[in-house]
Amino acid sequence: MAKYQLFMLTLAIIVSLPLNAPAVEPSEILQNPQLEVRARNLSQNIRCLVCQNQSIDDSNASLAKDLRKIVREQLISGASDNDIYDFLIARYGDFVLLRPPVKATTYILWYGPLFIFFAGLLLSVLFLIRRKRIMPEEPLSLEEKEELSILISREKEG
Amino acid sequence: MRKLIYLGPLVFFMTTAVYFALPIIKGKDPRILPSAMIEKNIPDLDLPPLLETKPGIDNQALIGEIQLVNFFSSWCGPCRTEHDFLMRIGKSNIVPIYGINYKDKQKAAKKWLLDLGDPYERIGRDVDGRTAIDWGVYGVPETYLIDKQGRIQYRHVGPLSESIFKEKISPVIKVLRKQTNG
Repeated sequence: MAKYQLFMLTLAIIVSLPLNAPAVEPSEILQNPQLEVRARNLSQNIRCLVCQNQSIDDSNASLAKDLRKIVREQLISGASDNDIYDFLIARYGDFVLLRPPVKATTYILWYGPLFIFFAGLLLSVLFLIRRKRIMPEEPLSLEEKEELSILISREKEG
Repeated sequence: MRKLIYLGPLVFFMTTAVYFALPIIKGKDPRILPSAMIEKNIPDLDLPPLLETKPGIDNQALIGEIQLVNFFSSWCGPCRTEHDFLMRIGKSNIVPIYGINYKDKQKAAKKWLLDLGDPYERIGRDVDGRTAIDWGVYGVPETYLIDKQGRIQYRHVGPLSESIFKEKISPVIKVLRKQTNG
């Protein structure tokens, strides 16, 4: 039994391995491992404009490959990460970044949900406070107590 | 009157819903991106010619006239779709078209023009696709409208057609012509 389970586990791992594979081809990989790490990191933040919900690190599209090459060339020539982002934004707009930048036009996107949450929280609290003021907890009057005991005894009999 | 405040969330929801529903109802394709190059000068380029009979394309060639720049390739299906229309524009005197042959084999591109006709004023070869990236091209065919000063004024992604030309490009050309004449 243990053998069978081990076999299945190995099989599962082998089958799922390719899911993790980036599109980077061996010939693209840089000699300098530090630069390669930066290249991979940059590539994962850059949108492939052909497939649009994939990063250029994941995409096999030829444009993605060209962009990966450009990223690596610029890294070799000493560009900073921001230089490379700026280069791409100038040509393709902010959409080329998978993470939209925080700026005046995207404040609603970034802070809108937070604003709505706190506005809701505030309104709920105000509502609860006001309700308590409108309906203060008064003890039952004599009449109400009598009525209540009648109802309870009737319930017991029935 | 105070009760109206409870309609607030509903109104908020409806506004948001309409805002997001409109593009869907109008059939706007979200994959078509606005160009980041509008109002910018054309990027530096110096492309070798495709044909012996026509020179290639550099910045000088693209400045001084209102014109279209069309990125095309012989391996691109939609490029074939728009080709007939490009031929008609090329034959008329509406606006000259400059062709940039994107990541293509020279032989295949020549055969393409021989078979289907050549609508272009000049053609430059963008062998490695770098010029296209400088322009913000993300898929052929793409067509750019350039003003006399060499600034990009409009970009169309996908095949051109008469209706698209009339609706989107003609009006911009008219405005540009008025500006330079007036």
